Amino acid sequence: MAEKRVMSLVDLQAGQEGVVVGISGGHGLLRRLEALGIRPGKKVAKISSMLLRGPVVVRVDGTQLAIGFGMASRVMVEVDATG
Amino acid sequence: MQLAKSSSGLERVLLVGNPNVGKSALFSRLTGTYIITSNYPGTTVEFTRGYLKTDGRQVEVIDVPGTYTLQPTCKAEEVAVRMLDQGGVVINVVDATNLERNLGLTLELLERHLPLVIALNMWDDARHRGINIDVDKLEELLGVPVVPTVAVTGEGVKELVSRLADARIPEMAFSSNEERWAKVGHIVAQVQSLSHRHHTVGEAVGDLGSHPVWGFALAAVVLAAAFWTVRLIGEGIIKYITDPLFDKLWAPALMKLSSLLGSNSIWHDIIVGKLIEGEVDFTQSMGLLSTGIYIEFGVVIPYVVAFYFVLGLLEDIGYLPRLAVLMDTLLHRLGLHGYAIIPTILGFGCNVPAVMATRILESQRERFITATLISIGVPCAALQAMVVGLVGEQGLQYVAVVYGSLFVSWLTIGLILNRVTRGFSPELLVEIPLYRFPPWRLIARKLWLRISIFITEALPIVLGAVLLVNLLYIFKVFDFIASAAAPVVRGVLGLPKESVIALAVGFLRKDVAVGMLVPLALTAKQLVVASTVLAMFFPCVATFVVLLRELGVRDMLKATGIMLIAATAVGGLQNLLLPG
Repeated sequence: MAEKRVMSLVDLQAGQEGVVVGISGGHGLLRRLEALGIRPGKKVAKISSMLLRGPVVVRVDGTQLAIGFGMASRVMVEVDATG
Repeated sequence: MQLAKSSSGLERVLLVGNPNVGKSALFSRLTGTYIITSNYPGTTVEFTRGYLKTDGRQVEVIDVPGTYTLQPTCKAEEVAVRMLDQGGVVINVVDATNLERNLGLTLELLERHLPLVIALNMWDDARHRGINIDVDKLEELLGVPVVPTVAVTGEGVKELVSRLADARIPEMAFSSNEERWAKVGHIVAQVQSLSHRHHTVGEAVGDLGSHPVWGFALAAVVLAAAFWTVRLIGEGIIKYITDPLFDKLWAPALMKLSSLLGSNSIWHDIIVGKLIEGEVDFTQSMGLLSTGIYIEFGVVIPYVVAFYFVLGLLEDIGYLPRLAVLMDTLLHRLGLHGYAIIPTILGFGCNVPAVMATRILESQRERFITATLISIGVPCAALQAMVVGLVGEQGLQYVAVVYGSLFVSWLTIGLILNRVTRGFSPELLVEIPLYRFPPWRLIARKLWLRISIFITEALPIVLGAVLLVNLLYIFKVFDFIASAAAPVVRGVLGLPKESVIALAVGFLRKDVAVGMLVPLALTAKQLVVASTVLAMFFPCVATFVVLLRELGVRDMLKATGIMLIAATAVGGLQNLLLPG
């Protein structure tokens, strides 16, 4: 079985995929992200991130989302350590 | 399961859906040409109403602001929920290419016991992308009519209207968000099947648009093309439409009025203005019907039309969210988020619609910072034309100094305001839609709507402003201001006493003020200082009034104070540091 690692969307590499395992934040943040398709169990692929702590761009369900750096750092995803 | 009101009892239709699902395109298909855009009472959130003819009756249709959820996360969503509380039949516009996320909202709507019909929009896109949806099954599972539509072409819209009468309120309730999303997953699994597809060309270019390096290269190309197009269209309108109209029709009419009023009366000065060499001069007469009307229709409107056109195009193609993502890193340092780039760009056309456009920003803090920065560091088209013309004669390096100073001021003041302004600026969280080319009809309709709003909102302001400044001029208030400000202007800025009048006139029209510098035979350095100070020290009176209305008295006064201090400081620095 492949080893799993948990990291935030910020630390995910461009092109890498992960499954959302948790969001550390208030109820408001949770709701906003959830409505846009970021919630536990969803598969998320990182497309790019802007330099200098800029927003992170991910693909979820065939749509792209840009998430501010602070918010993205609170979304935890699980990835295959080998992948 | 209960049946909604029959179509004869249909009172109004609410279009509800996620942003970027073609809601506005569907709205435009459903309604006629008579549409009204207004602010929701007590908010800066705009919405559009129109009328649908069905069964020989007029039914009100409301384009509810796009929302992802009925548990509001922003002001636009709060407004959407409040509108639902007023009742009506809901057309839930669902993006067929993103069924799962869209159905989250659908189930929330059903829980509110609203009679519902679903428009399964972007049906053609879904097919192209290999997404197959079993419409009958979806209808059965949800218990409401589902009609596949392609809003941009009108496909399915007739059937949608005919099925409004079948709108239903099924029983549905969930104890938690998790339970609702589980239900969504369950429905999607039963109705949707995917066939294999490739990464399309559109997506590849889409990814490029938000690439950390190439994105900026693309943005530079897009913005250069945008500004070039704006100039081309704006100058074209002025040269071939408005100037000929003013010269051939309006000027002779004004001359008749002038002889009727008699050239020495005070009314003549207010209404027609001063005759220059016996003729009406639209840029110098300063009358309500000469310069006043000319500023609005001969200078401002052509560029506003051009800017709104290009902006609408970029918006509908789907480029703006990408630009917002690119600019977010920088703007975040100024206490703004990426979307503040939109009003800022508009400001290069005219500061008035730019300040109006700050309404798209969520918090008062963001609106204050954006509007203040626009008034200080973003020169409008009319001002730019004069600066480039006059300062450019001395050499392009001087023009560069003016623009450079403005940009550095914009940045520095933004960094400071972010530190000292109270409140909180939300982080960026946006969907980046796929590129789409919108139908010209929709672009034209949006353009027309925006221009008519601009004319009805801004025209009275500009005319009132011209009147006010005329009176101030006639009653020598400017001379008083001029002599009061003379020591600062001479001592700190190193400008001759005569330029004070020009700076004061900058309150009315900055481009005319620059023109008034011409006979003063200033040195290149003095021209740079005068142009920079003119651009920064005060908004033109129309912008001033819009600032007052959008920000309120306190923030407007604060913004004004910042402008005066910043302009004096920057002009003084230029005077100290520039050689010559």
